[in-house]
Parts: sequence; C-alpha cells; structure tokens
Amino acid sequence: MALDSRVPKGPIKDKWTDYKNKINLVNPANKRHIDIIVVGTGLAGGSAAATLAELGYNVKAFAYQDSPRRAHSIAAQGGINAAKNYQGDGDSTYRLFYDTVKGGDYRSREANVYRLAEVSANIIDQCVAQGVPFARDYGGLLDNRSFGGVLVSRTFYAKGQTGQQLLLGAYSAMNRQIARGKIEMFNRHEMLDVVKIDGKARGIIARNLITGEIERHSAHAVVVATGGYGNVYFLSTNAMGSNVTAAWKIHKKGAFFANPCYTQIHPTCIPRSGDYQSKLTLMSESLRNDGRIWVPKNIDDVKAIRDGSKKPTDLSEDERDYYLERRYPAFGNLVPRDVASRAAKERCDAGYGVNATGEAVYLDFAAAIDRYGREQAKIHNIANASDAKIYELGQAIVEAKYGNLFQMYEKIVDQDPYKTPMMIYPAVHYTMGGVWVDYNLMTTVPGLYCIGEANFSDHGANRLGASALMQGLADGYFVLPYTIGDYLADDIRTGKIPTDTKEFDEVEKEVKDKIDFFVNNKGTKSVDYFHKKLGKVMWDKCGMSRNEKGLKEAMVEIKAIREEFWKDVSVPGGSNEMNPELEKAGRVADFLELGELFAKDALTREESCGGHFREESAEEDGPQKGEAKRNDKGFAFVSAWEYKGAPADAVLHKEELEFKDIELKQRSYK
Amino acid sequence: MNLTLKIWRQKDASAKGQMVDYKVNDISEHMSFLEMMDVLNEQLVNTGEEPVAFDHDCREGICGMCSLYINGEAHGPDRGITTCQLHMRMFKDGDTITIEPWRAAAFPVIKDLVVDRMAFERIQQAGGYISVNTSGNTQDANSLPISKHAADEAMDAATCIGCGACVATCKNSSAMLFVGAKVSQYALLPQGQVEAADRVQNMVAQMDLEGFGNCTNTGACEVECPKGISLDNIARMNRELMKAAIK
Repeated sequence: MALDSRVPKGPIKDKWTDYKNKINLVNPANKRHIDIIVVGTGLAGGSAAATLAELGYNVKAFAYQDSPRRAHSIAAQGGINAAKNYQGDGDSTYRLFYDTVKGGDYRSREANVYRLAEVSANIIDQCVAQGVPFARDYGGLLDNRSFGGVLVSRTFYAKGQTGQQLLLGAYSAMNRQIARGKIEMFNRHEMLDVVKIDGKARGIIARNLITGEIERHSAHAVVVATGGYGNVYFLSTNAMGSNVTAAWKIHKKGAFFANPCYTQIHPTCIPRSGDYQSKLTLMSESLRNDGRIWVPKNIDDVKAIRDGSKKPTDLSEDERDYYLERRYPAFGNLVPRDVASRAAKERCDAGYGVNATGEAVYLDFAAAIDRYGREQAKIHNIANASDAKIYELGQAIVEAKYGNLFQMYEKIVDQDPYKTPMMIYPAVHYTMGGVWVDYNLMTTVPGLYCIGEANFSDHGANRLGASALMQGLADGYFVLPYTIGDYLADDIRTGKIPTDTKEFDEVEKEVKDKIDFFVNNKGTKSVDYFHKKLGKVMWDKCGMSRNEKGLKEAMVEIKAIREEFWKDVSVPGGSNEMNPELEKAGRVADFLELGELFAKDALTREESCGGHFREESAEEDGPQKGEAKRNDKGFAFVSAWEYKGAPADAVLHKEELEFKDIELKQRSYK
Repeated sequence: MNLTLKIWRQKDASAKGQMVDYKVNDISEHMSFLEMMDVLNEQLVNTGEEPVAFDHDCREGICGMCSLYINGEAHGPDRGITTCQLHMRMFKDGDTITIEPWRAAAFPVIKDLVVDRMAFERIQQAGGYISVNTSGNTQDANSLPISKHAADEAMDAATCIGCGACVATCKNSSAMLFVGAKVSQYALLPQGQVEAADRVQNMVAQMDLEGFGNCTNTGACEVECPKGISLDNIARMNRELMKAAIK
C-alpha cells in the first residue's frame, strides 16, 4: 500500500484556504443523521467533540477518567504558542512555521506545520471568547513569555496552569453540547478495540470501568485522541493512566504507526528519589527564562556536595560550570529541549551529577532574584539598597512568576528553591511519534482519524515548548471539523450503523477472551513488576542516547519480558467489576508490543535527529563536535510501520519529506 | 517507617462497607502518600488479595482525580495540596492512619475509596460555559481589554480542580465553593456577562437538585481546598444570584 499524504497542491500559504474552499461539506440537515465517536477528551478530543457537536453531528465521547476535565492536557504548565505578534518583535505565521520545522529537526510535514501556524492565532481568539483567563498586562492586553528554541515572545499563558485553563475551556464547550444532547458522554469508559466494516472504521468496543460491562458503539467515523505513549518508560511525566492502547489497537487493525522512536525527554524535571517512584514531575520550561543551569567545575566539589560537606551556595561563580551558556552562547539556557537534555546527561555521565544518584544538575535563580531586585530598587527609588532588601524585592518578582512551581518543588523535595538551587534532571515527557495521518488527519484506515499527541504529524523529531497545546486545539477546533466532512459527505445515505453484526461479534470476542485470560491466569507477578522491567530497558537502551548494540538487545529483552508477562502475570479480582489491575494489565500488554517496535524504529533510523540521538551519528570535528548529525540524504522520510502479526515483523513504508519552503540546515544554537 | 492503615473497603455501590486494618513496613519519608498506597497494593497483589481501589491520575496535583479523606482531613494533614502531593514525611514511625472516601450524599461510593462525582458534571452542564461556537472569526483576542485585576481574580477562581474536597470537608456537604468558583470566573469577565443571570440560577438550581447542603460560613472548604479558592467566591455567587433574582 502506497502512502498518500493528500497534501493539496499550490503555494504553501494558500493550501489550507484553497482546500477548505473545495472540499465536500455535509449539509446541516444531514449532519444530524451522522454519528461520530471521539475517544479521549483532552485538548484535542475535547475540542473536536465540542466543535463537531456544534456543527450538528451526533457525538459519542469517551474518557477513562470520571470527567473530561481530568485528561492529562490539564498538567501542561507553560503556555501556548500563537503567531499573533502582539509584542511587535517580528513574529509571523511564517516564522512560527519555520521555528516549528527547524525545532523538529526537519522531520515534519511542511504543509501540516504551516496550517498549524496559520490557525494558531484563531485559537487564542476562540479561547478568550470562551472565558479562558490568560495573563494580561496592566493595559488589559494579553501578555506573552518566550520559550526555548525561538527568538520571539509568542507564548500565551495562564500562570503555570495554561493546560488546565485551555482544557477547562474545551470542557466547558463540551458541557454546553452535553446539555444540548449533542454529545453523549461516556466517563469511566475505555476503548479496547476498533470495529471495521468493509474496511471502514464503524465503531468501537469499550469497557465500562465501573461495571466491567463490554459495550458496542457504532458510528460513521471514529476519532482517536488518546494522547502519547510516554508511559512505555514506566516513569514519565504522563499521568498514571496515560496509555497507548487505543492507538496500538488501531495500529493492529491497519493504521500505520509513524516514527515511534521520536520521544521528547524534557530537561527540567524533578530527579527521581527511589525505586518506589511512581511518576516524575515536570518543572515548566518557562523556568529556563530566569534560571541558570550549572554543575560544579571541579569533581572534588561534586563529591563534597554529595557527601554534604559543601552546599551549592558555597561555590563561587568561578567554581561553577554554566555548561549551556558555555556550549551554546547564542541561545544559552533557552536551547531546545532535546539539546538541553543531552547536555545534562553528558555532564552527569562524566560524573558531575549533584545528588546521591548522580543524576541531577542545578537550576539556579540567584542571578534572576538579584537582577529583578536591583530593577525593583530602581523603580521604587531605593538608593543604596542592602543585599537583603534587593533579595527581598527580587524574590517577590520570582514568586509572582513561578510561585506555584516553586511550591510544588518544595513539597516534593523538601528544599526551598528560593534559598538553594533546584535540582533537575531530564525525564520522558512527550512522544512526537504516533499514528500516521494524512493532511486530513485520517489514518490509513478510512473513517478512522487520529488527532493531538496521538498522531505524528506536526512536531517532527522534536517538539518546541508550548506547541503541544497549540497542536491539540488546532486539530480539534479548526482542522478535523473541516476535513472530516470531506469523508462523511459520502455517508449521508448510510443510515445508522447496526451493532448486531458479525464484525462487532468478532472484535467483542477478542476483547472478552483477553480479559478472561487475565483474570484467570493466576500468575505470580504483578502488572507493575513487568511494567517497571520494560521501563528500565526502554530508559537504558532507548533513552536519551541510543546505539545499534543496545537497540538490538532491547528488542530481544522486550520480547522476553512480554513472553514472561503472558505466562506469569497476576490480576486479582474479577472482570465484572471495577478492577484497576485489570485495566493496567491490558495497557501494559500493549506497551510491551509498542516497546519492541519503538526499538526497531530507532535501530532503522541510523541518523541523529531531534530527540533521537544515535551515538554512531555525531559530528566528529569542527565547532559542532559531539553534536547530533542528521542525514538528510538517507533519512528525510517518515517511517510508517505496518503491523504484520508481531512488532518485530512490522513492515516499513516511507513517506518522503519534501522541503520546498524551508532550506534544510544544520540546527545550530551556538 | 512502619505504619498501620485503617482503610474503608466496600465491594461496590450496593455492598456494605467496613474499615479494614493493614500493615505496611519500610516506608520512606520521601514517598508520596499514593506511592505508599502503591506499596500496600503491590503487597496485596502478591498475596493474591484484591488491591484497594482509589482514584488518582496525574499525580502532580492538577487533575483533581485523587480524593482521600486521611485522618479526618480532605487530602490529609497538609495545606494547599492534593493527596498525591502529600508526602510521608508528614507522618512518623508507628502511626496509625485512617483512610476513607469522600463522604457526601451527592458522592456515592463506587468501590473502596472511589466515589461518583457526576453531580459536579451535571452542575457544570447546567451553565458552566460561555455560549460561543468555534469559528475562525471570533473577534481578535486583544480587541477587548480586560483589567489585569479582574483577569487575575478570574484566574484564581478558575484554578478549581473539581476534586470535591470542599464538599467532603463541609459539615453540610455544601458544593458552594465549587459552584461559586465557576460562577465567579465568568462573572468577573466581560465575556461572561450576557448569560450571567441564567448561568447562576441554573447552576444553583442543579446544585440543590443534587442534594448538596447549604453554606453556613464555617470556612472549612477554603482551608482544605488544595488550590486555596477563596470564600469570597461564595459571596460573589450569592450576589450574582440576588442580582439575577431582581432582574
């Protein structure tokens, strides 16, 4: 099967507008005869469900939590990008497009990214109209901050809770449609498989997580918006329930899975403290606007800090290595995430990690507090302010900007980040890879769509900060509601899809058999035991830096863990009741397959790009020595994998990437 | 540290529940409370017993899913946090910890420590939104300046995570802090004005229908709220309701 990205012809600036003018529409009277299933109700799924319902379609929406408001989009802290150019600092649609393609290390599809940049401004307008309380300045206009990897201020924010506010905006739009009866909401339900009829996606099998009942739901199209698969690493900044199941199940039913190895390891997370750790906590990237990252210059100081005989604040400026400022003078502490993460790993691997585990670097606000304090002293006409006064004034500013993050840090680590530098270390955060989709956001299965983090399309090999929220809402509010009409225009005479058919029988049986297996297996080891084992292999061999030997080992080891899982997993409780262990078992079973494909994908991609760093592909000399080396001749393509019975047997299809509007360059932040 | 846990176990909504004692050993003070619960559940799974069901998801204090009543306090003995952000350093070796679900008529128990908060959903559906369709041509976001003061105050109200601690901690099981926060967010913004009267009336009517109690100004909700939502929001909701009634 040949991949057709269905990118419209014409100049990049006009593609989306021209396309919208020409695609098929469904007339309002017919929309009410068409059902759409939306699985996942975060930013992408929530905004899509609300908008589709506004248009007049009958929407059935599914969430595994008890409310759409709890989707993990809610945890996004820093902000959302939009090319509004309110700051007058030279921003434009083209510049946002350019930054996103460059930040993604030239591995994304140009036309999709341009469209994303184009609709970004509408998102802000829409959210403000919904009552999202973005930060404002004293004139009453919207405020912006800057984020890593760019040279303009285009990030809109609501304190450190931007994701929460945007999600609550989409949630409120959903509530309006639930009240109108246009969305039927299924909380505490999990999609366990997709049902295809005549090759088209026509429904899903879902489990009611309260009663354990297996339900059949039919529709004319199915939209999967179930987020990323970072939990394949066990430890990540994802929510505990975040999973790959919906995306993986549709992959097994024919949807190609693209670039699974592109993972974002976020540089500023709270380091792990012990084996009991269940998840990692992110500290917003916005902190890098004011924090300086360093480790001690001398290994003796590292030892002294670890054994407690010295404190970080004892070290003079000369004794500190601000390694990002040293290596990347142009961008300094604001280099993109992948670059910042690898640089932290490089220092820690060299032995300069500052905590007991050796996996932590400092993020220091002393300079910012001092700078703000002096500024404030001037503003308030305080002559000869004492150091204590300057500190007090500066601390107030830092608190106003990042108070909730500092509080979160203090609660977890039990140290006061105003007085001593924060300790941070990279952690798995976001997955750029995902289900392959065309320009319409449709997968390789007709009528099956995938939006938000769950698809692969916009971020290439690395996502820039504040772009996830932008993509989720762009897909859900402004892209999918148009493109899905093009497909559904052929379905106006289809009528209701019956669920008492052999296709539904078959898939339901598969689902039930698997559940019966789990509750009857009576093995000796918990689901978490296997998940942690998988996570360790993923982190050690498919983490921030990868090599051929490690990846080959990972494939073998993951397969072995999977086989052991199916023999020896223990799931207490029954299937006809609320059973969190059973839910986890199904999710981990899918992670155990995805993990192997992930390693295979990383093995096949013999270049370094974005979040994917192959040790064999690094610059050997010159000013870029040690930096990632991309190979545009050999690898400027999307790897779309077709399922063939086992993850290791997956077949590679290539979507060649064309860059007509941007010149491919080495990504330099020096 | 070694601890004794007294935990509410209840098979399903219709079953009769009871407190059951468990012991957990070698708990690190750096663990979060839910990681301690993970240790207990791992222990139970390994001995073939059914683990304790409890709601949790983001484990960073923002999703509002976790909901434990610990030693008689919603989200346990610390302020400004959810249960997932509560750390074991708040306890000491040998402690006995009592863990119950939220208790309120409008939040029936589903299983063990998991409760049904659909009443909150229905209140939001009654009016917790601004009626604006998605289109590419709403007016420019900066065409309507909003004072920083109002925007900040709206943001403070909007930080509610819908966990239900306010209801669980209130002796009347009142949901007025939750409803007041949503009403306030929109009442403070110009976009919310058009539907202000209908919104507050519909949300309050639904709140009463769900069986939540009234407010007697004890202020316990504000103290236990993980996001520090202020009691002022209840006062504002009452003002809005009054305004709507005399309109």
